[in-house]
Amino acid sequence: MSRPRKIALVGNPNAGKSALFNALTGARQKIANYPGVTVERKSGRMVLPSGEPVEMTDLPGSYSLDPTSPDEEVTAKVIRGEFPGEAAPDALIVVLDASNLEQHLVFAQEIIALGKPTVVALNMVDLAERDGLVLDPALLEQELGIKVIPTVAVRRRGLTELAEAVAGAELRHPGPGLTALTMTERRVAAHAMAEGAILSESKRHRLHARLDRLLLHPWIGPLILFAFLFVVFQAVFAWAAPFADALEAGVGLLTNAVTDVIPPSLARDLLTDGILAGVGAVVVFLPQIVILFAFILAMEASGYMARAAFLMDRTMAAVGLSGRSFIPLLSSFACAIPGIMATRSITDPKDRLTTILIAPLMTCSARLPVYAVIIAAFIPRRSVGLGIGLQGLVLFVLYVAGIVGAMVVALILRRSVTKGAASGFIMELPKYQLPNAKDLAIGLWQRAWIFLRRAGTIIFTVTVVLWLLLNFPRAHEGQNQVDASIAGRLAGGLAVVVEPIGFNRDMALALIPAMAAREVAVSSLATTYAVAASDDENAQAMALGDQLKAHWTLPMALAFLAWFVFAPQCMSTIAVTRRETNGWKWPAFMLAYLFGLAYAFAGVTYWSAVALGL
Amino acid sequence: MTLDLLPPGQAARIVAIDWPALVEEEARRLRALGLDHGAKVSVSHRGVFGGRDPIALSIGRMTVAVRRAHAAAMKVEIL
Repeated sequence: MSRPRKIALVGNPNAGKSALFNALTGARQKIANYPGVTVERKSGRMVLPSGEPVEMTDLPGSYSLDPTSPDEEVTAKVIRGEFPGEAAPDALIVVLDASNLEQHLVFAQEIIALGKPTVVALNMVDLAERDGLVLDPALLEQELGIKVIPTVAVRRRGLTELAEAVAGAELRHPGPGLTALTMTERRVAAHAMAEGAILSESKRHRLHARLDRLLLHPWIGPLILFAFLFVVFQAVFAWAAPFADALEAGVGLLTNAVTDVIPPSLARDLLTDGILAGVGAVVVFLPQIVILFAFILAMEASGYMARAAFLMDRTMAAVGLSGRSFIPLLSSFACAIPGIMATRSITDPKDRLTTILIAPLMTCSARLPVYAVIIAAFIPRRSVGLGIGLQGLVLFVLYVAGIVGAMVVALILRRSVTKGAASGFIMELPKYQLPNAKDLAIGLWQRAWIFLRRAGTIIFTVTVVLWLLLNFPRAHEGQNQVDASIAGRLAGGLAVVVEPIGFNRDMALALIPAMAAREVAVSSLATTYAVAASDDENAQAMALGDQLKAHWTLPMALAFLAWFVFAPQCMSTIAVTRRETNGWKWPAFMLAYLFGLAYAFAGVTYWSAVALGL
Repeated sequence: MTLDLLPPGQAARIVAIDWPALVEEEARRLRALGLDHGAKVSVSHRGVFGGRDPIALSIGRMTVAVRRAHAAAMKVEIL
């Protein structure tokens, strides 16, 4: 049997391509990378009305087949069948934003001129109607010479018609009028076509213009942005708490069940102290990560993310970057990997490199578990007034410390290793849209799944290895198990290095596996204290927070937090940096400077706290 | 008059662009977004915290953010 036919979605950025892709393929999507580049490849299966299964790909949004970014280059090459290892699509769906025809028809003509089987999805017709636009798809069809199907992806309008049209689309010999046009000629043609297709247009005040007057206001706009970001961070802590408590209780029940069923043995200890304590300590942070991603995805889907970039451009320009870096950096709050991958939309190479190098300074969600455990254990849960909790405030300060650090580092880098002309900022501000619940759910599920898969693989493996290192060789009578273990001895060596910054051996021990994934610091602390306490029934019953309070002082805890603001990034980040920068030079540089910063700041924090008598 | 000096809300048409003053990649991006000879534009928002950068331009049914340096390379006539 031959392979299923391949259909690609192509169009300008902000044409609603991803929503259409989600509507056509549902949640059965595969997200990977195009080989050799870090441009995301999204594909999914879809069954045409005829019963024929096809492979649907969502190509990166482009303005032209003459690329100005790695994203656009992938789109251009895939469409022309020039991308190595990637079969050319058999048919194309050009996605147009119905309320921005004049602009989107320029690229559409370029695609149609290729002569491939092509249909047009006239997308978001509902929003065009909201703006008072009445369109005539038949006229557009006549002008373009191919089928034009009005669609509303989020309401599933026009999807069957679109699938039928693409199934029947045939190779064409485009008329001589379309093939050899220049960009300017296409623009003139697009203008005429758009004018013709618009039957009526009311001068209604457009919603987004009114919203922009407020959200892009020179003074109010930034204040709203900061207030919003502050709410996000408070929400991450407050809203997630009941879910996290429930998960924690679940892990506790499971641990008790295992203890009841399996007789005391080393194998039972591996299950309870190793796997359940370690993996469980990380999985309880799923609610916080989901909430953070929900905000980021909603900001992207609503169009507010681009406004945030606009508002931040001047600040970013002060350190030699542009508002474009704001989106990758904001994504890095969830995880540095998608953040670093998102830098491909930055056209200037030096800008891009700088953004990659500072991305790990944005506090990723993997560090949230570390912060959360330490804050919950050492910072009292009380209000500092105005409904602001002290714990949330400390968390906010940690995030701000990372941001300020990143800005200072960017400023220094732009004057030294990534010296060059300051770059510009050119960006389309898309229309505001109410985020679609289903698209958000698909995005959240994909993120949550990645996190759980990490918990099930990397974190699981690291936890088990650490448990083994902590339990062998076995301690003699009267000797502490952690002291006797291989891990304890390794950490003893490392402790000499980190002692000047106030770290004890258990903290040094947590730093080693944290290189694999930062949230493992929590699970390894949990495992370490579970192993150390396994001879003492009372100590074993203590929650991790109480264990920490028993073993650490406040200055130590603060130094540990400071370390993680700058801590050298996890191995996956190093790997993605190597791939993005084509070599080991920059990941090595990143590792070195972050280690230096983390060491210095943890030390400063520790000794300041000690001096202040905390 | 150049586009960076256009008062917000005033409709204008681009009559000339000093392409050599722009970085080539950026020039291509601006053209892809429709900022080309003959385009009708207006300034819809300008700067934050009283600064003059960046500028949000209305072009057709789109809003495009650019820096003042880009707008300064474009000569406009008021409509």
